Amino acid sequence: MPSTQHLNDLTIQVRRDILRMVHKVNSGHPGGSLGCTEFLVALYNVIMSKKAGFNMDGIGEDLFFLSNGHISPAFYSVLARSGYFPIEELNTFRLIDSRLQGHPTTHEGLPGVRIASGSLGQGMSVALGAAQAKKLNKDYHLVYSLHGDGELQEGQNWEAIMYASAKKVDNIIATVDLNGQQIDGSTESVLPMGSLKQKFEAFGWIVVEIEEGNNIVSILNGMSEAKSKTGQGKPVCVLLKTVMGNGVDFMMHTHAWHGKAPNDEQLAIGLAQNSETLGDY
Amino acid sequence: MKTYTYTEKKDTRSGFGAGLAELGRTNPNVVALCADLIGSLKMDKFIEENPERFFQVGIAEANMMGLAAGLTIGGKIPFTGTFANFSTGRVYDQIRQSIAYSGKNVKICASHAGLTLGEDGATHQILEDIGLMKMLPGMTVINTCDFNQTKAATIAIAEHQGPVYLRFGRPAVPVFTPSDQKFEIGKAIKLTEGKDVTIVATGHLVWEALEASKVLFERGISAEVINIHTIKPIDEKAILESVSKTRCIVTAEEHNIIGGLGESVARVLGTHNPAPQEFIGTNDVFGESGTPAQLMEKYGLNSISIVAKVESVLKRK
Repeated sequence: MPSTQHLNDLTIQVRRDILRMVHKVNSGHPGGSLGCTEFLVALYNVIMSKKAGFNMDGIGEDLFFLSNGHISPAFYSVLARSGYFPIEELNTFRLIDSRLQGHPTTHEGLPGVRIASGSLGQGMSVALGAAQAKKLNKDYHLVYSLHGDGELQEGQNWEAIMYASAKKVDNIIATVDLNGQQIDGSTESVLPMGSLKQKFEAFGWIVVEIEEGNNIVSILNGMSEAKSKTGQGKPVCVLLKTVMGNGVDFMMHTHAWHGKAPNDEQLAIGLAQNSETLGDY
Repeated sequence: MKTYTYTEKKDTRSGFGAGLAELGRTNPNVVALCADLIGSLKMDKFIEENPERFFQVGIAEANMMGLAAGLTIGGKIPFTGTFANFSTGRVYDQIRQSIAYSGKNVKICASHAGLTLGEDGATHQILEDIGLMKMLPGMTVINTCDFNQTKAATIAIAEHQGPVYLRFGRPAVPVFTPSDQKFEIGKAIKLTEGKDVTIVATGHLVWEALEASKVLFERGISAEVINIHTIKPIDEKAILESVSKTRCIVTAEEHNIIGGLGESVARVLGTHNPAPQEFIGTNDVFGESGTPAQLMEKYGLNSISIVAKVESVLKRK
């Protein structure tokens, strides 16, 4: 297992990637990407059991589905730095003829991506289908998914949440990024969702809460607990409390950077707060 | 003129059920999903024989489409079953992103398409589904005409890699295609040879076109009837060959003329060999309650209407 130091270094490097990617094309979603950086780094470097290379069917390994596709900068950076494709390709984010589309897609054949996402609310159903395929294949690996909290306002999620427990899909760990922000403001101001813990539990899920969702050690502990609760006849949900824009002080605790890129000056400040560790792409 | 007869009437959805049951026995990767309409889709036999490969989703079509996309990851070939309306319009974005754009090998099987759903009325009678589905890049669109063809198509699409929309219906209609006829996606079937007019029909309108051709024959008009079960990819060669001989065409479908088979045919002709065309289909309207026969008559989707359109198009040659 990689050291905590290495994971922290990787996290900082991914943050730099995110800032540089969105700055270059003056578009993209840095806020949510930065908030989920520690989670994705932990997932791909420690938590998931993966095979070398990429095979769409993913038999004999854990799978991950990103439902909130707009955090593609974080996803692409982590995939590249996990060896799915050359890190230099991060240079092509959102450019014409790129495999790194604004939102992730299988359409351009980018290794590591198993479903298109961006139009919200669809990833949980897909992850559940893949989890049921694993059961049919007697493949005892897990399926992970990540969803925004605002994304849960899409009704399809609740169809899927109801289905998962009814069908005892207990080989899935669905994580909700609880950053409390969405495009138009805080989730509390846009459409208060009440207690997601109580809602998931009422729908028959096991819920694990990670209070410090931007702390690698807390994430590893929480996800380890979540893993231990799979296979018990119930789906598992992780409520991951994060700070949008984490690691770049002026992007934190606001929805303002949901879908806005930093200018040259802001980029310089952001990068100064995250000194190069493992090498820029 | 070659004539067609039938000894029994059966619903095309039962052809789907029979095809799915056969796939259950022959292809271990085939799985089926249904949104609370097992009986309507005739999926009982598959479920009885393969309970572990069937997923009852409940009344949640959006989730069903996502589940189907996910099931392909791991090598399954999912067949979803619900009414045409709930298979397309209700879940368009799910199909667009999770299935079509993601290139997933899902077979969207849609029953109760069109006016012949009957008494339930316009809420359930989708007449826009062919258009919705054919506009999606990479989607194959099939509309079968009788029990045998629907069964054969169901079996054939399992062998095709990529998303497919298979459309069929509720009422019992004449079974006139051979039970051993192989189904070839994208290959139109010429049912009668003719020299005066081409009639290209799909779904329930194929039998009506054959009936029309008999009446036309008695009036001295030789009609070439083509069963175009695959609307996308459309068999351009078959259409162009026939029209180069007849120099005019009538298209017939149980669908809005906006966005349907007729417009696909018009594109082919307009691009390669323009010829007068008349359209049988609903004309930018919703359906209503009634018996299938009453509705097909009221909206001009039967053999009598086809004869009238042929007479119109002949005057334009």
